[in-house]
Amino acid sequence: METTTSGHNQAGYVPPPDVIDRSETYGSVTNLIGSIPLEPRIRPGWITGFLVGFALLQVMLLSVTYLLVHGTGVWGLNIPVGWGFAIVNFVWWVGIGHAGTLISAILLLLKQDWRMAIARFSEAMTLFAVACAGVFPVLHTGRPWLAFWLLPYPNSMQIWPQFRSPLLWDVFAISTYATVSILFWYVGLIPDLATMRDRAKNKLIKYIYGTLALGWRGSAWHWHRYEIASLTLAGLATPLVVSVHTIVSFDFAVSVIPGWHTTIFPPYFVAGAVYSGFAMVLTLLIPLRSYYGLQSVVTMRHIHNCAKVMLATGLIVGYGYSMEIFIAWYSGVEYEQFMLITERMTGPYALQYWALIFCNVITPQFLWFRGVRENLVLLWILTIVVNIGMWLERYVIVVISLHRDYLPSSWDMYSGTVWDWGLYIGTLGLFTTLIFLFIRVLPMIAIFEVRMLLPDAQKSEEKKA
Amino acid sequence: MTDQDASLYGLVAEFETGGELLKATENARKAGYTRIDAYSPLPLHGMEEAIGQSYTRLPVVVFFGGMLGMIGGYSLQYYTAVIDYPIMIGGKGLHSWPAFIPVTFECTILFAAFAAVFGMILMNGLPRPHHPIFETPNFDRASQDRFFLAIEAEDPKFERAATRTFLEELNPHAVSEVTH
Repeated sequence: METTTSGHNQAGYVPPPDVIDRSETYGSVTNLIGSIPLEPRIRPGWITGFLVGFALLQVMLLSVTYLLVHGTGVWGLNIPVGWGFAIVNFVWWVGIGHAGTLISAILLLLKQDWRMAIARFSEAMTLFAVACAGVFPVLHTGRPWLAFWLLPYPNSMQIWPQFRSPLLWDVFAISTYATVSILFWYVGLIPDLATMRDRAKNKLIKYIYGTLALGWRGSAWHWHRYEIASLTLAGLATPLVVSVHTIVSFDFAVSVIPGWHTTIFPPYFVAGAVYSGFAMVLTLLIPLRSYYGLQSVVTMRHIHNCAKVMLATGLIVGYGYSMEIFIAWYSGVEYEQFMLITERMTGPYALQYWALIFCNVITPQFLWFRGVRENLVLLWILTIVVNIGMWLERYVIVVISLHRDYLPSSWDMYSGTVWDWGLYIGTLGLFTTLIFLFIRVLPMIAIFEVRMLLPDAQKSEEKKA
Repeated sequence: MTDQDASLYGLVAEFETGGELLKATENARKAGYTRIDAYSPLPLHGMEEAIGQSYTRLPVVVFFGGMLGMIGGYSLQYYTAVIDYPIMIGGKGLHSWPAFIPVTFECTILFAAFAAVFGMILMNGLPRPHHPIFETPNFDRASQDRFFLAIEAEDPKFERAATRTFLEELNPHAVSEVTH
């Protein structure tokens, strides 16, 4: 029997030596992963992490309440800097989400076995990051209770949204991305929800998992359509994820602001998104795999590969920075040169710019060394540095480009207020809370996909012979 | 069919590996059984051929979903920006089609994804909370580490004793009768 459509099959399939511990069996991986959401006790590490996240979530509640009572004036926004933390944080969160889709969709199409153990978790990260991202533009509208005006529906005002604006493209891109990510994630969960249904002892828990599993029974006829649906969704999500950060970059690139009006933005935003997303995957995965003892499934191979993707995308981002500078010089346009060279490197925000270069261009160079990729503590710190760098990148793009325009009399400085920081830290709390709830109630690794990595084949081939 | 047979759903054999299930399914097909189904905790490649399933119309459903999204998305923009609420922006003309491409693209993906997910679920006959196969002893392991082959009583070639003998020759872990 020969290998068919997707890269893994049972007959004749030999799993790569390092994507899974070969002593595992169907039963043992099911038990390893499937028992975590069902364990009756609450682990001290889980409750600590959850409470930290939940406490930060209260900061968000406070910040949103204060904002709604007093209006967007409580933020540091003013003319000329009308886009501050809200847009910086929005782009940062959406970017983090992109690694999940890359792992679950693009690596599925590329038949990468190592994606299976980390896909579910990364997709959950995508959903929660997009949820955090969505908070900012909605609140930034000023009257979020009227945010539905962004949608095209026949209304008594007799007007329609302006489809020639990149900001409306964003509405469609982000809402499509969130919807398709949820669908993709849920489809991936169905067979595992059936596993949880069949393992649960408590009647109520069994009923909940059973309802969500839709009566999945693992029929051959079902699996066939299921796999086609998964591949199709992966094929749809791949151009989608590229389009989303491209459209986010259009918010800037389609304008005529020096520092924003750049054709390199779409590819360099997408690379930056994947860069920060993989950093976040590692930030979360390194502590989780050791806390829950998942080293046999999430192996060092996974860590290495994530670090290598970070290195590659980090280099693309570095190339993007140098091309911005080169094109500014080569264009001969004095405003471009002022903004991208003089202002960024020596202006009042030079510290943020050079910190960005340190975090995003210098830091990833350490990932060339195997020793760094194997030192989990050092690697974990690097991932944090990279995510700080990616936040600074958006800060540099948004704030520096706006704070000094063509008319020196209107120049002004910008900095976030305590409420800007409160909302940002609050969304970190929302993200942390959702991640901890997810690992408590759902299998954080796709169990049925990990089963596909196991060598059933050799046994059955021997029996046939 | 006797009254006793009327309540019979079929005979189900349980196996320990996917390879054994594949082989058993092939044999059942070769023996002339048509109403068979194989249950496994993971997709088994080669199963499509073994069970005699060649193709599904799901990709066609997805294609039409995507087309609907594309035409719908573009029409929405054309109607609102050209006919119902025309505003000239940047002297590009009312039908400034390049600006309509991103939203058209997103709508295409959105509708195609909905078609893929709901097409898969509905064509599989789900949600279906209960099914006779769940009455099989040990079937809670079909989602964990065991493999099952069912030959349904409705199969024209089904005979309780002969089918049981046939299944037992496939060297299963167990064979059980399952009722409705």
